[in-house]
Amino acid sequence: MDLTFFAEQLLNGVQLGILLFLLAAGLTLVFGIMDLVNLAHGSIYMVGAFIAATLTLWTDSFIIGLLLALPLTLAFGMVLEIVALRTLYARGHMDQVLATFGLILFLNELVRVIWGPAGLAIPLPAFLDGSISLPLGIVYPTYRMFIILIGIAVAVGLYWLVAKTRLGMLIRAGASNRTMVGALGVNVRLLFTAVFGLGAMLAGLGGMLIAPINQAQIGMGEDILILAFVVIVIGGIGSIRGAFIAALLAGVIDTMGRAFLDVALLTFLQANAAETAGPALSSMLIYILMAAILFFRPQGLFPPRGG
Amino acid sequence: MISTMFGKPTAWTTTVLLVVFALMPFVAPAIGEAFYVDVFTRIMIWSIAAVGLNLILGYGGMVSFGHAAYIGIGGYTVAIFGFHDITNGFIQWPVALAISGLAALVFGAISLRTRGVYFIMITLAFAQMVFFLGVSADKYGSNDGLNVWNRSTFEVAGLDLSIDDNMTFYYVIFALLLLVIYVTRRIVNSRFGMVIQGARSNDTRLQTVGVPTYAYRLTAFVISGVICGLAGVLQANFEQFVSPDMMDWPRSGELMFMVIMGGMGSLFGPVLGATAFLILSEVLSGITIHWHLIFGPLLILLVLYVRGGLTGLIGKFERRPPGV
Repeated sequence: MDLTFFAEQLLNGVQLGILLFLLAAGLTLVFGIMDLVNLAHGSIYMVGAFIAATLTLWTDSFIIGLLLALPLTLAFGMVLEIVALRTLYARGHMDQVLATFGLILFLNELVRVIWGPAGLAIPLPAFLDGSISLPLGIVYPTYRMFIILIGIAVAVGLYWLVAKTRLGMLIRAGASNRTMVGALGVNVRLLFTAVFGLGAMLAGLGGMLIAPINQAQIGMGEDILILAFVVIVIGGIGSIRGAFIAALLAGVIDTMGRAFLDVALLTFLQANAAETAGPALSSMLIYILMAAILFFRPQGLFPPRGG
Repeated sequence: MISTMFGKPTAWTTTVLLVVFALMPFVAPAIGEAFYVDVFTRIMIWSIAAVGLNLILGYGGMVSFGHAAYIGIGGYTVAIFGFHDITNGFIQWPVALAISGLAALVFGAISLRTRGVYFIMITLAFAQMVFFLGVSADKYGSNDGLNVWNRSTFEVAGLDLSIDDNMTFYYVIFALLLLVIYVTRRIVNSRFGMVIQGARSNDTRLQTVGVPTYAYRLTAFVISGVICGLAGVLQANFEQFVSPDMMDWPRSGELMFMVIMGGMGSLFGPVLGATAFLILSEVLSGITIHWHLIFGPLLILLVLYVRGGLTGLIGKFERRPPGV
């Protein structure tokens, strides 16, 4: 195994981690503040991808499509919150899981009715559709690098928003004591809708970013949703910092496992056994990690303070 | 407790349902809808799984979002034995149930250390692990699944108790469903069952008076896994096919829905729920291919507004004095 391949896989892992973070951030915010388990978060990721793909095909520009799709996804998330999810805040987690499961069925079918059963493929703009040279002789696709940079920018922006702004202060206050925030005269309903919209926009952004690589597809949200849940559970539900670290951890471990586990297993297993066990084990790796972390730290790695 | 809250008002409904189950193989062909025998076979298999999940979900308050894994493990055990030309049911079935139970023991032992939403998520994670194990098992068909060419064989002392005949198999499943309900009833009403239900209401209090609730809850989790394993064994034999899809997480969600739909913590509720869920799917999908547009919101409304599931609804209805 040579260094460039290793570095390339590492970057792929980071890129997956960034994508997971975009989903996990909204998921963990919504859970931390509204105490809502939202399985339909993956559907928002899908809807974001379809909106961006459509707009890209209309405007002939991926960047314009992306910029137009962001506010639309924000609006979609807020409408969803007002129409369907608001009533779930007062319910138990099981009711939330079940109701949002029903929502997944509905949204998947809605997308199928609007956009048809086939996926939507969109081309990359020319300036992103190449490779860039990094130090140590590593050549990496520009677009994947673009995703990583956007993700880091979002993480920094989110940190600034939560730690330095008035809205962020309300979010943190809401996470530690909702009733008190309401009693102090803050419009909690509006705050919740805003936070949900923000989370939806981030998830949508994730979908938009992956659309040029994997197409916008029905059901694309479900697989990554489960991974995003794993991420927020590992990171400690409600913690954005935890979500970021856990997302990178999960992305890197998953990707590296798929790339190198069978080779690593060769050192102490026979070729035949390693070839069989490698793929099986690598796809389970991240779940094993989660189980192990929950076994030793049932509250996750970074449980939010005062939550 | 939900079951006592609604009393035992569903006796009438239950009787009707069981009579329908018992007569379906004769009724369906008579009214020219023979495929309903298959539909009801599936209903009974899912009912068994739902009754199994209800033991921990309804009575024990353990919201497992990963019980499709045990259905998958049961099914795959049968299929893999069959793949290696071992069709003897006396080997297949006990091993399948043992592996389901063992998996439930390991997964449950870790999951039950957590609470609330963490428990939901970790049970889901374990189920996804099993799902991906199925996906990556190239030898056993990975995503495409595995055919079960021959149903399990039962030969005792030269006597061939075959379940190849669909009619015979239907009644075997029916008998197993009744058995599972009976066993669950015995469990729920035993001291063991009281502890499980007590731990749902107030775990700490039970521990304080010296009951090792963890061990009780884990045992219930394992029993529930074994029952779902049995459903998997039956499903593999009936469909003569297994695939990772049968243990993908939406299946776990559907199974939960059946329990909730029927009414948690009532003995026949899950059977009612599985019946309603599958018949509704069957009817709606007959109306339009976009039936999820109706089914999804229907499920949401059910969760939001029908407390106690169908058992609760029917209970209110049946208890109303005549003429009102």
